[in-house]
Amino acid sequence: MSVLVDIGHRLGDVAIEARFESAGRLTALFGPSGSGKTSLINMIAGLIRPDKGRIAVDGRVLVDTDAGIFVPKHRRRIGMVFQDARLFPHMSVAGNLRYGRWFTPAKERYADMDAVVELLGIGSLLGRRPAKLSGGEKQRVAIGRALLASPKLLLMDEPLASLDEARKAEILPYIERLRDETKIPIVYVSHSVAEVARLASDVVMLAQGKVVASGPTEAVMQRLDLLPAEERGEGGAVLDTKVLGHDEVFGMTVLDSAAGEIRVPRLAMKTGARVRIRIRARDVMIATEKPAGLSALNILPGTIVAISPGEGPAVEVGIDCNGATVLARITEQSRHALKLRLGGKVFAVVKTVSFDRANTGAGLPLEVDG
Amino acid sequence: MNWLLDLTPDEWNAVRLSIKVATVAMLFSLPPGILIALLLARGQFWGKTLLNGVVHLPLILPPVVTGYLLLLTFGKRGPAGAFLAEHFGIVFSFRWTGAALACGIMGFPLMVRAIRLSIEAVDRKMEAAAGTLGANPLWVFATITLPLILPGLIAGAILAFAKAMGEFGATITFVSNIPGETQTLPSAIYTFTQVPGGDEGALRLTLISIVISMAALVASEVLARRVGRRMDIE
Repeated sequence: MSVLVDIGHRLGDVAIEARFESAGRLTALFGPSGSGKTSLINMIAGLIRPDKGRIAVDGRVLVDTDAGIFVPKHRRRIGMVFQDARLFPHMSVAGNLRYGRWFTPAKERYADMDAVVELLGIGSLLGRRPAKLSGGEKQRVAIGRALLASPKLLLMDEPLASLDEARKAEILPYIERLRDETKIPIVYVSHSVAEVARLASDVVMLAQGKVVASGPTEAVMQRLDLLPAEERGEGGAVLDTKVLGHDEVFGMTVLDSAAGEIRVPRLAMKTGARVRIRIRARDVMIATEKPAGLSALNILPGTIVAISPGEGPAVEVGIDCNGATVLARITEQSRHALKLRLGGKVFAVVKTVSFDRANTGAGLPLEVDG
Repeated sequence: MNWLLDLTPDEWNAVRLSIKVATVAMLFSLPPGILIALLLARGQFWGKTLLNGVVHLPLILPPVVTGYLLLLTFGKRGPAGAFLAEHFGIVFSFRWTGAALACGIMGFPLMVRAIRLSIEAVDRKMEAAAGTLGANPLWVFATITLPLILPGLIAGAILAFAKAMGEFGATITFVSNIPGETQTLPSAIYTFTQVPGGDEGALRLTLISIVISMAALVASEVLARRVGRRMDIE
């Protein structure tokens, strides 16, 4: 399964010239507003006709301006979840969910109503009208509606952008289940580092209509310099970890990562569960000797592999901790004082309490399991 | 009360005929009304302003002029009238069908306006969403657009019906005032006012006319409210 986009398109002042190919489970199109990511996803869906170029999904050519090919949106079999849900107001939730089924050829229907309703936890909403739903519920129904058309690819255009933090936390786990439990590949548009780091297997980073980086999430998210200015503080290393165990006395969870053991506030996850964490660069301190008498619990030994200028007085230091790169944002003054240079042996220090819901995969409410 | 319902056969005929003419006029204007409203709301083509003007003509022209134009076009010797009579056996002149045509034309701009406004209020993003779910443009119209403009359709239809119930000038010019064939309520009232001692009959028919118009209005309110409640658009 792969998505290939190679297009040129002029949209007002922005000239979009983008080329990327991704075979990921969940590919994030990531960039600041105005970078062209929503236009790109609309082109994949068939809502915008690009001026020139090609789009192919799984080898099936949907757009090829040279060959005069443009498959209309209703024949693409590509599901789309919009930022504003767009549920049909004159139908019940059940009617909305069933809508796409109608138009799917019987032998291509793979989505099962009961399974989707269960996956998204919308069983109690079926008889209701869209106007009577909360923002989070609407978005879950919209995801279900797209899934039940049995699409070959699911597009999500900032599905969480118009929701508050509590609603986001309510939906994120469902998107993770979608990614992990269904076979359908997802292309996800977002401008939030937290969402992308948590959800994406692959990232295509966009700026002013151009692809500036693309690849696996862990690698692309290292490029702090490419993050939109307002999201820069959220940038940092993305690590895939496993729950080793819980410290019930102090209310912590111990995670096993390539960089070593990491202690975070208690997560509602079972031992062995996979958790992706993001260590914000601004939360990481650097010590040249193993610190003693320090309150921070996570002290990861490593080697400096990158030093790049950051914003203002800051520099960004990449530390290879046993194969996993941890990023630290420190001042230029500290770098001088500590005489940090490439190849130097250092310790990355991270406070346990710097982890919260936004940068651990702890979207599920804490009380659901033990 | 008795004197109100104690109608002569001719008066009953006028009441029945008016309702028949108005209903037929309303029903037959709906499909072209929706089509023209769609064209005006969404179409981008040369001559759109002209089409808009032509549709609105009956609203601004004196009804007698509209009636006379109909007579010229759809009369026995008019080009359209002769063609339709010869090939389809449809005759308009001095028939109740002619009254329905005149009423339909006179109410058409009102109907198109109401439907056009409701089409312009439809969120086209809904239609795009339906498209991504596999619905082709025709299905999108039938399952999304049409239900969403239903309140506007009802309003337009009732407006056209009410206009048809009251149409006088174009009708009497085009198809005259023949009891039992083309004498609608307004024509009958007019006839009463032209004869000595016709006051009572005129008043009776006037009251009946008010009752029918009010009933149509109330029915449309109830319908629109029910549709609105069902939809609950935020």
